[in-house]
Amino acid sequence: MTDDEIKALYLRELHKIAPEAELSEIDPAVDLREQVDLDSMDILNLAIAIHEATGVDIPEADYPQMTSLNGCVAYLHSRTS
Amino acid sequence: MADFLMPSLGADMEAGTVLQWLVKPGDAVKRGDIVAVVDTEKATIEVEIFQTGVIQRIVVPEGEKVPVGTLLAVIAVQGEVAAAAPEARPAERTPMVPAPAPPIPPAAARVAVKPAPAPAAPHRARISPLAMRVAMELKVDLATVKGTGPDGAITKADVERAAKAPPPAPAPLEAPAPVAPRKPAVAPIDRRAAMRKAIAAAMARSKREIPHYYLGTHIDMSKAIGWLNAENLKRPVTERLLYSVLLLKAVALAVHEIPEMNGFWIDGAFKPSEAVHAGVAISIRQGGLIAPAIHDVERKSLGEIMVSLSDLVKRVRAGVLRSSEIADATITVTSLGDQGVESVFGVIYPPQVALVGFGKILERPWASGGLVGARPVMMASLSGDHRASDGHRGALFLTAVERLLQEPEKL
Repeated sequence: MTDDEIKALYLRELHKIAPEAELSEIDPAVDLREQVDLDSMDILNLAIAIHEATGVDIPEADYPQMTSLNGCVAYLHSRTS
Repeated sequence: MADFLMPSLGADMEAGTVLQWLVKPGDAVKRGDIVAVVDTEKATIEVEIFQTGVIQRIVVPEGEKVPVGTLLAVIAVQGEVAAAAPEARPAERTPMVPAPAPPIPPAAARVAVKPAPAPAAPHRARISPLAMRVAMELKVDLATVKGTGPDGAITKADVERAAKAPPPAPAPLEAPAPVAPRKPAVAPIDRRAAMRKAIAAAMARSKREIPHYYLGTHIDMSKAIGWLNAENLKRPVTERLLYSVLLLKAVALAVHEIPEMNGFWIDGAFKPSEAVHAGVAISIRQGGLIAPAIHDVERKSLGEIMVSLSDLVKRVRAGVLRSSEIADATITVTSLGDQGVESVFGVIYPPQVALVGFGKILERPWASGGLVGARPVMMASLSGDHRASDGHRGALFLTAVERLLQEPEKL
């Protein structure tokens, strides 16, 4: 997957979880738990969605690496390359 | 004959707007079916019916806002249908729900709670309740919206698209004189303000009527978290558990030991509930909160509670809940989660008699066996109704929660 594909996937899933969030205003470097008030249930749902779209099994211990947009791109690269 | 009334969906509801009927006169309904969609200050509610029979007459049309307890529809209950005798026997007219006060019908707590089947409404275009609410807020006429969802269902996106679209072209020449655009029957609700008002009413009533007492204790969560981490390693990502699930189960089991925490205070007396329907306080990101129930927590496995919790959070976010979830909670649990603070002493949601609060899990020095070590520690609190129980029983309850969390494998 390219960076753009990962980002698009991430934002699409984020929109499902937090429909009120302005996706254009998301800072890719900042933790989404702070930016759009995601809780542990939201992060879990994000992990499930990314797992289902990419097939990458994401251990719970790795969730903190995926809580920002940039973090998720880097994490998925490290797991798929 | 039986009356189907505008239900009271919690202490903070005074009136509701009938958004949609999912049945029409002549339709057979059975207990637990979703028959109508009602909008309240807090959420869009799919209202379940408590009787089996045939819809005779719909009294309140779609779009109308009526007070709690208003007759919405008349049902011929099973056995009466064939008879259809002209003389209705008034003595047998049993309302679906009691009069507005007490706000939560105790009977509702005992109602069968299996998830209601999807409403069968083949006679009209399918519209999601969320789409309907958005349509009302954006003043979109649903008759002009083309559905793109499954089976042509109208989705929220369809409504939003229609709202942005330019008004339809002027009517062709042969058309009759232009008709005034259909106005939605109900003014759009400023949901955030309405929700604040609803919360204010319920919480003010609670503080006015309920003599609260408060207890708190620190719980060593190392066993619970250790067990959960090991368990989640074995589970695929789709079946993993959140620690709130352990908390909910521990509360439900502790309630069985100390039943004074579970039930309702109605008409000057405590009415305990056999089943534990745990109201889970879920915050709504745009502001406000709601505490719908997970039914029969004491009988569910951790995996089943997780599925229910996940489903509930999704539907709270979408703003669509079921009437039984709103009315049935017998005890409320609020968990601040990992973004929260250390402790919470909540306000009891009337007519319930207890609220259990869990703070953020923090690594703290913990002395045990003469040694100090770092442990994940969580503050558990109880807000109890002094009319229904005393601090001593409350303390036993919190102690039971603590003990149960030391043996997570048995939950």
